[in-house]
Amino acid sequence: MNDVATSAALTAANFKSAVKPVWCPGCGDYSVLSSVTKALAIIGKPPHEVGVVSGIGCSSRIPAYTSCFGFHGVHGRALAAATGLKVARPDLTVVVTGGDGDGYSIGGNHFLHACRRNVDLTYIVMDNHVYGMTKGQPSPTTEPDWDSKLAPGGTKIRVFHPLVVALAAGANFVARAFAGDPNGTAAVIAQAIQHPGFSFVEVLSPCVTFRPEQKEWKSLVRPAPVEATDDPALAARRVMGDDGLNLGVLYAGTRPAYALDYGRSPKNVSDLEMEFRV
Amino acid sequence: MSPTAPKTIDEFMAQAYAMEMEAAQRYADLADAMDTHNNHEVAELFRKMAVIEGKHGTQILEEMGWKSPPANAVAPSWEGFEAAESVPIDEVHYLMRPWHALQLALAAEQRAERFFATLAKSTTDESVRKAALELQEEEREHVELVRAWMAKVPQPEKDWAEDPDPPRYDQ
Repeated sequence: MNDVATSAALTAANFKSAVKPVWCPGCGDYSVLSSVTKALAIIGKPPHEVGVVSGIGCSSRIPAYTSCFGFHGVHGRALAAATGLKVARPDLTVVVTGGDGDGYSIGGNHFLHACRRNVDLTYIVMDNHVYGMTKGQPSPTTEPDWDSKLAPGGTKIRVFHPLVVALAAGANFVARAFAGDPNGTAAVIAQAIQHPGFSFVEVLSPCVTFRPEQKEWKSLVRPAPVEATDDPALAARRVMGDDGLNLGVLYAGTRPAYALDYGRSPKNVSDLEMEFRV
Repeated sequence: MSPTAPKTIDEFMAQAYAMEMEAAQRYADLADAMDTHNNHEVAELFRKMAVIEGKHGTQILEEMGWKSPPANAVAPSWEGFEAAESVPIDEVHYLMRPWHALQLALAAEQRAERFFATLAKSTTDESVRKAALELQEEEREHVELVRAWMAKVPQPEKDWAEDPDPPRYDQ
């Protein structure tokens, strides 16, 4: 036996369930699932100490594919459910997964207020600029000139800029990753989980069925040319000025996470009942 | 592009192990995806490749006398974001034929051969160089094996991607 460190520590396989994904072969979400499980292995918390919460959409199927506690919730309401879970069970690491339609359109308002509240959650959005599950309608991040059968000539509506919105609303950690780089994405997700407060990771995740041109992303993305800042205004200026293809941690703030215990939390069920007594 | 040469033989073999296991996991994931989409022929092929790559990983453990996998070993990226031997997730199609799958496997083995050849040239450690050359030779043999496999598999029909009920209608 030589001197390399060997270990029986948690591996990505420990975080995978027996349920097999039903995504289209080639979908970026396969890689993101792999990155999430690798990140959880890096963190080293066992599956029963992690909750994965989602809304509706292709990427929102992820909770079923992990061995963690899972909640596949209502469209756009993943962050609301996750906030409730984290407040009720602060001991759990809570990861929220979903897509651009679920998170930025139907769940747009929850996104704003989750950033503002800064509860210790990690929100991973698999952004493919389209509603894939419902056959390819434009989403908030779809380019205004994207021509399709369902939006002939394009929507002509400017895109939603999730990273800037997150910074303006108070997210404490903002990063962009790429599904085609599963190990790099895993490292960013692990960092996001370990960062206190609300962490937002946008993952560019190509939809090979409705946006096959996104396969080009792998030759276009590159590491952000600058280190992460803790100045939200500077981060926002940088993000506004880039082309959406710079990868890495862009902002790591110092705002304290929402305090989960103000010293008045009920200790048991009977205490809770007392609070509701009229 | 040159991989960062590991400083010790242990570090090198840990990386090689991680490469094999990442490739095995990717093939297993692709097999599952193909099964889900009722392309069982290609699923079976990917499943075989997963077993083969897994065996290569086990061989490394045995050669090094490691009783359990090396901790924190990360497969270095090469010619892109991923490890040399991993088939890119986005290069598959739900109607692909075994010939296409073998093309992807061939490209992966060729990348691995180039990876070890480049590493053998760039390392200053003699034991790493020797091991890299051995692995390069193994990958070259795998290239030949996949080519021989491809010769037995029919080329895909011209209309292999035609789907009478496609997920996306453009007209």
